[in-house]
Amino acid sequence: MALAIETQDLTKTYGSFVAVDKLSLSVEEGEVFGFLGPNGAGKTTTILMLLGLTQATSGSARVHDYNALHDFMKLRSITGYLPENVGLYDDLTAEENLLYTARLNGLGREKARERIAWALARVGLAEVAQKVVGKFSRGMRQRLGIADVLIKQPRIVFLDEPTAGLDPEGVNQLLNNITSLNREEGITVFVSSHMLHQVQKICHRVGILSRGRMVALGAVGELSRQAFGQDNMIIEIEVRGEDERLRDSLKQVKGVRSLEKEGPLLVLDCEADVRAEVARATLESGCSVLEIRSRALGLEELYHQYFHEE
Amino acid sequence: MRSLFAVFQKELADQLGSRRFFIFLLMVGFGGLLASYMATQAIRSGMLQSPSQSFVFLQMFLLSEGVLPPFTSFVSFFAPMLGLILTFDAINREKTSGTLSRLLSQPITRDAVINGKFLAALVTIAVMLLSILILVIGLGLRILGVPPSFEEVLRIIAYFGVTLIYIGFWMSLAMLFSILSRRVATSALAVIAIWIFFAFFMTIISGAIADRVAPLKDDVRTNTEEEVLRNVRTQDMIGRISPLQLYNEASTTVLHPGVRTLGPVSYSQVAELIPSPLSLRQSLVLVWPHITSLIAMTLVSFAISYVVFMRQEIRSL
Repeated sequence: MALAIETQDLTKTYGSFVAVDKLSLSVEEGEVFGFLGPNGAGKTTTILMLLGLTQATSGSARVHDYNALHDFMKLRSITGYLPENVGLYDDLTAEENLLYTARLNGLGREKARERIAWALARVGLAEVAQKVVGKFSRGMRQRLGIADVLIKQPRIVFLDEPTAGLDPEGVNQLLNNITSLNREEGITVFVSSHMLHQVQKICHRVGILSRGRMVALGAVGELSRQAFGQDNMIIEIEVRGEDERLRDSLKQVKGVRSLEKEGPLLVLDCEADVRAEVARATLESGCSVLEIRSRALGLEELYHQYFHEE
Repeated sequence: MRSLFAVFQKELADQLGSRRFFIFLLMVGFGGLLASYMATQAIRSGMLQSPSQSFVFLQMFLLSEGVLPPFTSFVSFFAPMLGLILTFDAINREKTSGTLSRLLSQPITRDAVINGKFLAALVTIAVMLLSILILVIGLGLRILGVPPSFEEVLRIIAYFGVTLIYIGFWMSLAMLFSILSRRVATSALAVIAIWIFFAFFMTIISGAIADRVAPLKDDVRTNTEEEVLRNVRTQDMIGRISPLQLYNEASTTVLHPGVRTLGPVSYSQVAELIPSPLSLRQSLVLVWPHITSLIAMTLVSFAISYVVFMRQEIRSL
């Protein structure tokens, strides 16, 4: 797999403040990469450096075939950037906003029209193409921002806090849009966020940034194993007809360390993946299993650990 | 080039459709028309005494019947405003609304943004000024009944050019402040402050400096001609730092064939002079330094704009 982003010791300082500290990072082509971290960790600064919108103090960065610190013009014709508060011209219509972007990217009239219609349909805003943007809801603006990014048919898009300030419905819609972009158009997605639980489900890999340093990097499951060891798993099970006998027999299952009750769920702290054994034990005790799953744990805790240090 | 044109196109559409353009068009148009109408009334009642009587048409722009200032002073008063009003928020408004980071993440150089916006504002002003001039000319034809001579037309065109350069200077200054300051109000006030400084305080300052460099005796009669000349010339030289002074001298000279000299001349110098009007060519030679100074000032403020803007970090807020 070719690399979409590769940085080496990328550093940005403001006076004596180190915003990004020797960041070395690589993102593969076709990947959805989650760039997580609390506010002020240096996420936006990193993105700005990768787009040449701010100068790096030292280090190097490549985005596809271009040196991100020098070849700005070429770089910006293959990268899309959705800033945190997407700026749109409020007195222009959705279509006019996109038309400006199309012109800046040198698209001819026919091609621009085609591309705009396609991009608006892609994010579900085709019906409001002629409406003035000033009246759009936050979710719509955000989706129009995505459409705007698509106009130039980028190879990689940078989304900075795309879900900030959206209601749950808006978040879902946006995440779906992002996933389908990645799957159907093959665009590499670099998404920064401090909302771990929202973003983790769409990311192939995540990196956690804290005070300018990358403190964890990898797939979500992999990270939790890194943090809490291989032989650690939490199983949640919901059963019908639960009683004392069941709880006792579950505790007897090999590998189960402890058992707790959380609402309708029984939560088992286990040494290994013993879901099959747990299910069998439940059935043998005469209860029926309604749901059984492993809790994707660890990352949240890991994340909080770094947050609390702030 | 392509992206410059894209910016230009969008900005021009914005400017021409904006309310502020409309308001200023009405204001300057109405004032200019009124001033030149008054001037035609004065011309008809036979107020002409200048040696350039043959240039009746130009008098319409220069003459004041007493109540209203002439067309030229009207324009020279409003020119800084016109420049300011179209560009004082060019960059910082896009910064605060977050559109700038989206704009700059497109394949476009930053100077193309500045240039495109400047050109669009300049064309807007050109359209405004040209339509007002044409209106005034039409009014003159109707009331005076004298068509302008070829030279008069050329002089009006030269006047248009000089005025455009002058407004361009204020635009570039306003653009610079829109890059320097984050807030829209600050950038507007900064330009207004500079304008007020040149308009009201510059003469006091240049006078004070001249009195120090080339002092005059308290009793006026005891000063030699040379001493007086030295004082006045010093004052003029310092005064010409001001773009207002440069423009006022340049625009009246270009429009008025009767203006033969700028600054003081002694009696002995004009004693045998035949008071004939200057040709346009000679008028232009007289104010060529003024025009180049105005262009140079514009370029300096552009250069600072480029340097500052290139290094700025653009974040959405």
